Amino acid sequence: MVPANRFAAAKPLLEASGLTVVRGGKEILSNAGLKVREGEIVTLIGPNGAGKTTIIKVVLGLMRADSGEVKRRPGLVIGYMPQRLQIDPTLPLTVGRFLLLGGNQRYGQGRVRAAEVLDEVGAGTIMETPLQAVSGGEFQRVVLARALLRDPDLLVLDEPSQGIDVNGQAALYRLIASIRDRRGCGVLMVSHDLHLVMADTDEVVCLNHHVCCAGHPETVTSDPNYIQLFGKQVASTLAVYHHHHDHEHDAGGNVVSLAEAALDTEKKTGEREGHHG
Amino acid sequence: MDDFLIRALIGGFGVAAVAGPLGAFVVWRRMAFFGGTLSHSALLGVALGVLLGVNLNIGIFAVCAVVAVLLVTLARPSQLPNDTLLGILAHASLAFGLIGLSFMEARRIDLMSYLFGDVLATTEQEIVLILVGGGLVIGVLVFLWHPLLAATVDEELALVEGVPVKAVNLAFMLLLAVIVALAMKVVGILLVTSLIIIPAATARRFSTTPEQMAVIAAFGGCAAVAGGLWGSMTFDTPSGPSIVAAAFALFLLSMLAPVFRRR
Repeated sequence: MVPANRFAAAKPLLEASGLTVVRGGKEILSNAGLKVREGEIVTLIGPNGAGKTTIIKVVLGLMRADSGEVKRRPGLVIGYMPQRLQIDPTLPLTVGRFLLLGGNQRYGQGRVRAAEVLDEVGAGTIMETPLQAVSGGEFQRVVLARALLRDPDLLVLDEPSQGIDVNGQAALYRLIASIRDRRGCGVLMVSHDLHLVMADTDEVVCLNHHVCCAGHPETVTSDPNYIQLFGKQVASTLAVYHHHHDHEHDAGGNVVSLAEAALDTEKKTGEREGHHG
Repeated sequence: MDDFLIRALIGGFGVAAVAGPLGAFVVWRRMAFFGGTLSHSALLGVALGVLLGVNLNIGIFAVCAVVAVLLVTLARPSQLPNDTLLGILAHASLAFGLIGLSFMEARRIDLMSYLFGDVLATTEQEIVLILVGGGLVIGVLVFLWHPLLAATVDEELALVEGVPVKAVNLAFMLLLAVIVALAMKVVGILLVTSLIIIPAATARRFSTTPEQMAVIAAFGGCAAVAGGLWGSMTFDTPSGPSIVAAAFALFLLSMLAPVFRRR
């Protein structure tokens, strides 16, 4: 029994299945797949070198899989935030100009929109700052803004929180969740910080070349495969962390969805049974 | 002013004005060594041009274009580091160019003028070629500016955003091949890269937008041509190296500029 995913009925934006990628005789992906639906946040976790970025690149069409298929909803607009974006110091580029590079809007009109989106990600004051002079946290927000400028149906974020301190990371994940709430777009992201993304993630895909487990965060973290992959200590740290939140086990050992649990904090029990009885 | 000096100035300005903006992209994309490889292979183009009896600029452009495409296609299967591959192709093509030219000794090929340029001997025909070719390069560069800049910032991001990155990159390399062919007359094969990258590097400190840097590089290159030709006439030094020396002097001044500003 799996806790209810409230997006189970939503239309899929992107669906990948049976993906196998072999490079240099090594199998980077082995029969892996994932699915993102409208308005859903899917978080991809896994150890270093597990193929997280590879699967992202395959679903984006940046890399060809040796087998398997990727189905995208026709006309799907994707906003992408790459893992490492390094701007050469010799390239004089302001934040505003960087944002405009993403679209083909007319300059004046584009600038107004760019300023709005920069505000939306909480970096409204740095429009004229050289890109090389902004902080790590601001930079990630700027790259996010560029992705948002395309009015995407799906946001694909490869480790969006890198180069940001812990407080900033939590703020960034809250921002991503609020963007999803406001815009209703799907989100597919790679993250190491499961304890931070947990509350707002609808589906976790745990990847170690193959999909070793997938499902609601609470289900995944108690999955033996997950515990084996990350080791007992990490798994239990996460578990302890969860206990600070409101979460309950039902008779079958399953866990109440955190998103739901958060809503129910004050109301307490009663309605919960219905979600995963 | 003598006619030959006016022709040299026009030809030099024409080449420098185009090499500057292209050079900005070469600097941003860290392709300086790539430019060097293209220019080394230009000598092979000279040899082929003489051998086949076609216009030397066309021979150079053809060889540079082939080398550019080879570099892109060989990069993956050879599994060699990019700079190693560039070094191999640069010197192999230079060697074959020199060997090819050695067979033509009888026709009195002036090797030095190919290696170090001979801008003071620019003909009217060559000026027309520089202006037409240079104009074409600038036109294509303006047309490709936005996608090329997007691909320069990050290729994968540009790809996801719908930029045809491969086509844009190939077009850029062909533009470089054209400018190498045109610039050979001015500073010679061995010094072509300097006319492309030094003005662009000089412009960096004075620019806050990519377009500014391209325009400043174009004017800086023209200033180097003027300064170099003046030096060449005054001190009776070879014109190509004098132009590069002038470009370097401007670069040094630009490095010192912030020091003076601070005081």
